[in-house]
Amino acid sequence: MSSMCDNPIVAELSIPSDLAEARRIQDLIEEALQASAYSEHDIFSIKLALEEALVNAIKHGNQMDRDKRVTVCYQITPQRFEVRITDEGEGFNPDDVPDPTAIENIERPCGRGLLLIRGFMTNVVYHGKGNSVSMTKIRDGVGNSDAHTSD
Amino acid sequence: MSSQPARKRRLEVEDIGDIAVVNFVDKKILDEQNIQMIGDDLFRLVDELGRRKVLLNFCNVEFMSSAALGKLITLHRKLQAVQGKLVLCKIAKDILDVFKITKLDRILTITPDEQSGLQAF
Repeated sequence: MSSMCDNPIVAELSIPSDLAEARRIQDLIEEALQASAYSEHDIFSIKLALEEALVNAIKHGNQMDRDKRVTVCYQITPQRFEVRITDEGEGFNPDDVPDPTAIENIERPCGRGLLLIRGFMTNVVYHGKGNSVSMTKIRDGVGNSDAHTSD
Repeated sequence: MSSQPARKRRLEVEDIGDIAVVNFVDKKILDEQNIQMIGDDLFRLVDELGRRKVLLNFCNVEFMSSAALGKLITLHRKLQAVQGKLVLCKIAKDILDVFKITKLDRILTITPDEQSGLQAF
């Protein structure tokens, strides 16, 4: 992740593959974002992306196996929120996921998580075999010229 | 006395003419079990109670993930199959973005408030 300033909040957490644990992490991050005076809109965007990415990691990555863990590393600065979520699954190629907005898929009941993550975050990068994703949200009112997530 | 715990009510349904106006009790439509039960209750309106016009009022809903979208699409298709109609109204701006990004706003009828929702049938 890029260098931080302005007293960033930094944390690295590891949770079992349990959706209740994922909710706990989301609540923790929401509190930190509120303490850092992020807007309601930014907090909604980040919460939604976290929800989608954590559910993907736990359900599709780790197949709900509680012996497999999900690591969540995040940094919050006054300018941006960055998070990297990694599971112990086989990974996947995001380019292989069918476009859920295509006519033939639009009425399918699932497969919209990745689209929403990309829609609500400023930058999204998948790493290695696809079992790790970095997401960045540049805060409302901050220029996007530095929206870069390193791989 | 039943040993079953009381099942939490997740929807409030009010009949306005032949339209079932549905309000969500939960502010967050998130966890899978919850979404499953909401879906079951919505489908029951069509499959068992024979409703053909359903207006979903999202005024209470503050947060919703992609998992809930599948239930709405299934409800839309069920109603279409019986020449009925689904209308959504009073969706908060951030949640409306969920529908716009997924382009579901193109296949679902979405109105700003309940009054215009009632008139959309």
